[in-house]
Amino acid sequence: MDQLIFASEVLVNGLMTGVMYSLVALGFVLIYKASGVFNYAQGVMALFAALTLVGIQQGQVPFRHLINAIFGTHLESFGWTLPSVLAILLTAVVMIALAWLIEKLVLQHLVGQEPIILFMATIGLAYFLEGFGDVMWGADIKTLDVGLPQGISDAVEATTANWFGYGFFIDRLDIWATIIAAVLVAALVAFSQYTKQGRAMRAVADDHQAALSVGISLQFIWIMVWSIAGFVALVAGIMWGTKSGVQFSLSLIALKALPVLMLGGFTSIPGAIVGGLIVGVGEKLFEFWIGPMVGGATENWFAYVLALLFLVFRPQGLFGEKIIERV
Amino acid sequence: MLYREAGDFKTGYRSDGQTFPIRLDRWGYYALVAVAFLVVPFLINDYWANAVLVPFLIYAIAALGLNILTGYAGQVSLGTGGFMAVGAYAVYKLMTAFPDVSIVIHILLAGGITAIVGMLFGLPSLRIKGFYLAVATLAAQFFLVWLFNKVPWFYNYSASGQITAPERTVLGMAVTGPATSAPAKYLICLCFVFVLAWLARNLTRGTLGRKWMAIRDMDIAAEIIGVNPLTAKLSAFAISSFFVGIAGALLFSVYLGAAEVGEAFGINKSFLVLFMIIIGGLGSIFGSFAGAAFMVLLPVFLKNVLVGSLGWPTDLAAHIELMIVGALIIVFLIVEPHGLARLWALAKEKLRLWPFPH
Repeated sequence: MDQLIFASEVLVNGLMTGVMYSLVALGFVLIYKASGVFNYAQGVMALFAALTLVGIQQGQVPFRHLINAIFGTHLESFGWTLPSVLAILLTAVVMIALAWLIEKLVLQHLVGQEPIILFMATIGLAYFLEGFGDVMWGADIKTLDVGLPQGISDAVEATTANWFGYGFFIDRLDIWATIIAAVLVAALVAFSQYTKQGRAMRAVADDHQAALSVGISLQFIWIMVWSIAGFVALVAGIMWGTKSGVQFSLSLIALKALPVLMLGGFTSIPGAIVGGLIVGVGEKLFEFWIGPMVGGATENWFAYVLALLFLVFRPQGLFGEKIIERV
Repeated sequence: MLYREAGDFKTGYRSDGQTFPIRLDRWGYYALVAVAFLVVPFLINDYWANAVLVPFLIYAIAALGLNILTGYAGQVSLGTGGFMAVGAYAVYKLMTAFPDVSIVIHILLAGGITAIVGMLFGLPSLRIKGFYLAVATLAAQFFLVWLFNKVPWFYNYSASGQITAPERTVLGMAVTGPATSAPAKYLICLCFVFVLAWLARNLTRGTLGRKWMAIRDMDIAAEIIGVNPLTAKLSAFAISSFFVGIAGALLFSVYLGAAEVGEAFGINKSFLVLFMIIIGGLGSIFGSFAGAAFMVLLPVFLKNVLVGSLGWPTDLAAHIELMIVGALIIVFLIVEPHGLARLWALAKEKLRLWPFPH
């Protein structure tokens, strides 16, 4: 019985982690659906967004290390602290500008190339953004605080203690992340179902050429989709950054999102959510039961092996479109 | 009148299909091999060996291996680092278990073991294609690194969790261990590169290479004209992993001397080798060398310029290096998706027509 209660606590925590994975995977799916680009840089975009948010909030001077190195100055900060909401809005503007630049400088020149070339271009983009973010804001570990509640939720602990005689430890941040993720997904679905731009986006996802022929601007849609993905990256960056500090390892959550995508299918938003939950719960339970027997730290690879085995039986993932190949 | 086929008469199929059809190219190749084997070992010092030449040679082998899989057979792999780790740990276990056997045999066996592991992880490629496969190979990367970290048998229960290469000799010269001289390191790597490049060139232009390219261009069509995808894909994984395993074995035993798996064979290694073949040229032997040279020289060059000449802090230089590498990859993909090898081919074409291009 005790074992079962422990396991269910692990399960709930796994679900929460899964939501965080889904947040990153969502950005991938959006871009893949609309432009057929597998955007490896999504994780680094989350890191970049979080770095920018911290930088703007604390009024750091951008490129101060570079400027200091060239001119021998000792710039540090502008000496202001902006309110969180304003900082988030400014960061969103930066992410939109970034989306515009990516479309103009990279994607526009690669139209019609093979998907694998585009994929490699986004790996290059990931490296560039990682270096750029570090040069712009410095590589030291930063703490991000936008006023989200943190720490163990007392209410949940008290309630579960009443029910089971054992209090569950659940981070309040995780609960908030779940709520925010749900709102975000609902907003995205509403946007793509009920607005003109959303319909245009779905049309582009369906068939580029048919969309072009009815007068939809591909360029505009791409910039819009990359901006939305940038915004999703910002949300993911805020969540992960608050949870574990803004540092390089934040960009590695992209690697965690990949098996989520494989499980759920590259083209499905519900797939990203369900895949994230499966991976989150699966790796926590596996670590809980099997981990101690094989030396722990199985979270590093469990999701990949699970996805690999799963794909052998269903190559398009859970909700992906059936792959039809013709000669 | 120098760079011409004219006057170089082919009298049989063998000479018609040779690798360097132009006489000047052929002589250039012979001269390069002669200089590499007979001149460089006498001039080389520790800095050049450790900073440039030995890593270049080792990464050239890894790039050749990945190019066989990705460039020729069209199966994108992000597991190179993991397979290099298999080579390194295999050679370590063999070196410590059979100290009397020559290290050359150990390195070749390590390549063989890596080939078997590579085939195992290559099995899903029969069902999974494209991006799904690229991500699936990450499973190999993370699982193998975790395995070598967590199972003490692989690092002989050493307290630090590191593997350290004991001293081994070839023809009386120490090639591993702390007492190794720069020429010895260079020469053993060069011998492996020479033989493996020859092997890769001849594999890729023979039956097997044609099968790989047919699979790359369209696997269903290839299957219809009689190429067995099972043997073609698995042989690509096996031979590619053989090369990568030897590169990993040399990297650990000759170059690094001691290695910790997460640091030496992490995901960054996979990307590094992938960048080499993108920048060098997918599906080209010369491209593997050009890409390896480029990616080895670029950090050395940037470090000399930014830190040495401008006096910037090293961490800033490292970040700018990331930016430059990323930007270069994008620029290469936009300007010339076929990499340095294509630029070289175009330059040769121009040279043949010079000075009368019309």
